[in-house]
Amino acid sequence: MSIAVPQTLNKALEPFLIIVGSLTVSMVLFGVFVASAGADPFEVYQTMYRAAFGTSFSWQNTLIRAAPLMLTALCTALPSYLGLIIIGGEGAVVMGGLFAALAALTIPTAPPMVVLITMAFVGMVAGGLWLTIGGALRHYRAVNETISSLLLNYIAIALLNHLVTSTFRDPESLNHPSTHHIGEANMIGLIPGTDLHWGLVFGIVACVIAWFLMHHTVFGFASQIAGGNVRAAQIAGLPVGRLILIVCFVAGAAGGLAGMVEVAAIHGRANDTLNANYGYAGILVAFVARNNPLAIIPVAVLLGGIRASSGLLQRTHELPDATVLVMQGIIFLVILFSETLYGRFSRLQKQGAS
Amino acid sequence: MEAGWWGVLIAVLGGAIRIGTPFLFVSLGECLTEKSGRINLGLEGTLVMGAMTGYAVSLHSGSPWLGVVCAGLAGMVLGALHSWLCSFQRVNDIAVGIAMMLFGTGLAFFLGKPYIQPSAPRLPSIDLGAWSEIPQLQAALQINALFLVGIVVAIALAWMLKNTAWGLKVRVVGESADAARALGLPVDRIRILSTAQGGFLAGIGGSYLSLYYPFNWSEGLSSGQGLMAVALVIFARWQPVGCLWVSLLWGGAAALGPSLQSVGITGGYYIFNAIPYIMTLAVMIITCSPRRTLVGVPHELTVSR
Repeated sequence: MSIAVPQTLNKALEPFLIIVGSLTVSMVLFGVFVASAGADPFEVYQTMYRAAFGTSFSWQNTLIRAAPLMLTALCTALPSYLGLIIIGGEGAVVMGGLFAALAALTIPTAPPMVVLITMAFVGMVAGGLWLTIGGALRHYRAVNETISSLLLNYIAIALLNHLVTSTFRDPESLNHPSTHHIGEANMIGLIPGTDLHWGLVFGIVACVIAWFLMHHTVFGFASQIAGGNVRAAQIAGLPVGRLILIVCFVAGAAGGLAGMVEVAAIHGRANDTLNANYGYAGILVAFVARNNPLAIIPVAVLLGGIRASSGLLQRTHELPDATVLVMQGIIFLVILFSETLYGRFSRLQKQGAS
Repeated sequence: MEAGWWGVLIAVLGGAIRIGTPFLFVSLGECLTEKSGRINLGLEGTLVMGAMTGYAVSLHSGSPWLGVVCAGLAGMVLGALHSWLCSFQRVNDIAVGIAMMLFGTGLAFFLGKPYIQPSAPRLPSIDLGAWSEIPQLQAALQINALFLVGIVVAIALAWMLKNTAWGLKVRVVGESADAARALGLPVDRIRILSTAQGGFLAGIGGSYLSLYYPFNWSEGLSSGQGLMAVALVIFARWQPVGCLWVSLLWGGAAALGPSLQSVGITGGYYIFNAIPYIMTLAVMIITCSPRRTLVGVPHELTVSR
């Protein structure tokens, strides 16, 4: 495969081209995969497009799924500025949703606005603290943060299942153990004029704030230095430990907010539906967006669309619901492989010039 | 009451072997991979893929042992893919591991959809407890041949790493890629082979799940054994025989919840099930330190940096 190298290949263009190229390669590989499973790849892509972006109804489906992905992607993207690979978004969502629901249940008589603000605050703190454990263990005990954050996901899910089947179980939730309902009046409403709940706005705002924080403040600059070279940052007098704790807390707070939105906008209760793999899909979003908070927004919409198309794929092509998981896996692998391409094109350019 | 507590102890010991066997295979696979200087977080996906392949092949061929071999081969392919991707510059092995985990489980769920209902032939077990008259002890000593195979593999792997030329090459590559290159060793090829062999073992571990215990194929079959393997290997100090003891310990810990349930202690079921994860985390906190490197760690490993 030969790629023509434009003369003005600059820093912003290179990642864009490589990501678009990787997605194209992924689509070809996935096309071959579904073709070998006996489906027509062109029809499959047409169906996916229709299910994800074809009508206003499908756009809604897509955006509802994209909202939590924006928040969980931040769980991985923000710590990456410090050189940490944290994949604990799932745990942050679970803890955020669980504690947000419990917080709402402790103040049943408060006005809805107070309940929602309390839920958001408690959910963000719970998610933030949970994700900070991994960062703290990394800094103070040199425990690998990828593995610890993953183990913490399992522990969070166990804690959720334990609490909703024992202490906080609503006796009426027979088949599906859950907490009590937070009350219809306390649910987050819809964005006026749409069928979308406010979670999408939270997701976009959080990504913009995260981008501003990491790219346009001294704090973000210090974090990037610490991520580049810990020793240099320490010599420069930067409080590396505190930076790690704060960034992990902010990242986890985003995940906790996603959990709070799941409870306050969709389920109304905390139960094991909180464990819907948004955390794991968020890792993929972060990697595809190369951990840039602004790039997370379109990537989350794209992946939300892929996930939204799962149902229609099943009905029209008799492909199992795991089809979209395979597609996600292929995209993920190709994107990671593409890391090796960075810098190669400019090298080609130099060789051509000399 | 007293007999009940003995029952719990026996059940935990039996569970140590029954639940510990997949831990044994996957941690041996991870141990070999890490000895060559790579970390493979994708073994979770390999395990699930192995479970699906083993079950499907056993169902179609009628031979569970053929299923075990094919599960190993499927794991080998995934391991080779992981390692091949990692051999390119700037491709991060931990990130690829996460991707392989999602890819492997996704692929297994996709291909395994038709196998959720039918029942495949099961791997036979060996009755080592026939001499006893206590039914709990008989149940606990029903041991699968794969466990015995695992013990042999652990000892053989330890011997190979220590005494053969191949073992020495793997260790040199794991300790210092630069030194290995200076010796003219093909670093990438040795790592790809080690990771593929590690994947083979992990695939076998997966087939144990679907073909012996819990003996079914479903999407919730594996619960992080592949990930915990990474911590098990740290605890075992990268010694294959250590992996054996650690796997038994983890199997016993995982068996505690169900064993207590059998004597009527049902509270905290989910918490007891979380013990292996909590133990893994605790072990990592205790054994890691910012001031010294881990005992026995291959120095090329990204976890140790």
